[in-house]
Amino acid sequence: MPSIPASSSETPAAGAAQPLLAARDLRVHFFTQGGVSRAVDGVDFEVGARETLGLVGESGSGKTVSSLALLRLVPRPARIVSGAIAFEGEDLLAKSEREMTQLRGRRIAMVFQNPAYSLNPIRSVGDQLGEILVWHEKLGRAEARARVIELLSLVGIGDAAARLGQFPHQLSGGMKQRICIARALLCKPALVLADEPTTNLDVTIQAQILDLLDDLKQRLGTSMILVTHDMGVVARMADRITVMYAGRICETGPAAEIFRNPQHPYTRALLASTPRIDQRYARGGRAALPAIEGRPPDLRTPPRGCRFHPRCPEATPECARLTPQMTPIAPDHAVSCLKRGSSGTET
Amino acid sequence: MSATGTSAEAKPAAASALLRVEGLTKLYPVVRRGLFRRRETGTIRAVEEVSFSIAPGETLGLVGESGCGKTTTARCILHLVAPTSGRAEFEGTDILTVFREGNRDAILSVRRQLQYVFQDPYLSLNPRWTIAQTLSEPLRVHGHVPRADWVKRIETLLELVGLDPSHAWRYPHEFSGGQRQRVGIARALAVEPRLIVCDEPVSSLDVSVRAQILNLLVALQADLGLSYLYISHDLSSVRFVSTRVAVMYLGKIVEIAAVDELFEHPRHHYTDALLQAIPVPDPQARSARGKLTGEVPSALNVPAGCRFHPRCPAALPVCREVVPELRPMGANHLAACHNPR
Repeated sequence: MPSIPASSSETPAAGAAQPLLAARDLRVHFFTQGGVSRAVDGVDFEVGARETLGLVGESGSGKTVSSLALLRLVPRPARIVSGAIAFEGEDLLAKSEREMTQLRGRRIAMVFQNPAYSLNPIRSVGDQLGEILVWHEKLGRAEARARVIELLSLVGIGDAAARLGQFPHQLSGGMKQRICIARALLCKPALVLADEPTTNLDVTIQAQILDLLDDLKQRLGTSMILVTHDMGVVARMADRITVMYAGRICETGPAAEIFRNPQHPYTRALLASTPRIDQRYARGGRAALPAIEGRPPDLRTPPRGCRFHPRCPEATPECARLTPQMTPIAPDHAVSCLKRGSSGTET
Repeated sequence: MSATGTSAEAKPAAASALLRVEGLTKLYPVVRRGLFRRRETGTIRAVEEVSFSIAPGETLGLVGESGCGKTTTARCILHLVAPTSGRAEFEGTDILTVFREGNRDAILSVRRQLQYVFQDPYLSLNPRWTIAQTLSEPLRVHGHVPRADWVKRIETLLELVGLDPSHAWRYPHEFSGGQRQRVGIARALAVEPRLIVCDEPVSSLDVSVRAQILNLLVALQADLGLSYLYISHDLSSVRFVSTRVAVMYLGKIVEIAAVDELFEHPRHHYTDALLQAIPVPDPQARSARGKLTGEVPSALNVPAGCRFHPRCPAALPVCREVVPELRPMGANHLAACHNPR
């Protein structure tokens, strides 16, 4: 079994503060005609109260599928194959579909990447937000209306009462994302999953939305899982960071540690290969970014051993044979790399 | 002040510029069509009075938020859309006149000099053509390589962009995004152009593949002496590839300067806000907070005076009335602001 620093919290009686959410050995596979794609293959992560966890990785690394799995919303042909998800002391994978429906949007809410697709185009803003309160909280129309107006004002939408009658197409992208955030917060959830919430927005609007999320988190004490590929965005928002590659976790630790002292070769390469606006680059010569050669593997036939080894500058023959396990290297900082002292298991 | 590569950043003299764009304007009439009549109800001012030049071997980064007119500017230069007014000269030839007159040979000779790499490598390659077919199309159209040499030429092109010659017989769906973008670049290089317009060439690629393509663009420039007009909203990649950078806001260039100068000493308040808005991959640098409030106004209804004044933290009364012109602010640095930083 993979061991990660705070795994003692799996037993509820443990003295340490229990995390709000803990996923253990989560596996989500896509059963396609071309074979089984192991999109998420043995992933552990946890989120504490009031904490923001940044889930970082490239497309296909399994970060979105992992977050959807927490709500049991993985799309067909994917299935949660195994694992345990403890949330507020209950196992989400043991719940009935009816219980999940009551939980989604109320205790765990989601903000999606594309606000234009995640709002209903033929219903007014007031209708689609109010409905959630009527359904989950059994509020009357007047109460629901008052609460929607309150939340819209909270996310910085001026003249909220007038917005209730508007439709998504009448609003800008930034405004739509504010509405999606208000929708996520309507029932005061304990955890918000934000999947690339600013990727489709312009940078100045992105900055506004990130400020808003930060501010709301402070004020409401909500925990958040922020899924993103942008190292700048996680640096700005996350308390802890989990780096994923090809369906597995490479490294997890406090944000400052991950940026100051990255251990996994993939984390290092990811940080080094991103150009920075606060750095000068030599011109005219063959100035080169330290790129990661090759490309992410096809998860139907993932490489044996460490999944990063075919692209890893430090790989040894051992790396192709043994699967590294998550191993603590400092308090709250764990890495899965044989070269950093992780133990390996035969595959 | 900027120190690196000063010679490359020196403002090109009029004679040495490879591409000169002057007063380029593209207006789109907004038309309401009824059964019997057609009324113009407004004008979208997509690009207005844009001027810049690109020297041989130089990369001009063109940055701005979506809808600011950066792609329209590039498309106007290549006459993929017809500009409303303005000039674009390539080595002294007025290329817009060439396109307008429609002489096929003249147009082809311009197109051989200027090529375009598109944003989405999935949409810009014909899915039913092998890579060899895609790469032989420009050879066929321009006829500058004898047919007997096509295969050799295609193999050279693929090697140039870091692909295997055997890839020529595959179809686009067999490639990853990064490899497709390499094919897109090879297609542009097939006619040996002098200047390539790269429109968000890495935006749709994964982070680990982005660096490969950026390195390829820089290496090709060094080897072949290419010039680039590099269009992007991603300022960090612009910082890496560009020698000079122009910032657009709502159809106008608000600032243009050598790359390090612009990133370290922005004079226009919009440039400053744009730079402040970008999160830096360093948790200690969390001071970077979004300063700008509000959103970009519609290009249908641009504010009078300076287009940025409703959102500007340093707006003066004059900003509401007088359109600021680009004026020199230090060596090789132009900004259009009444009250610069």
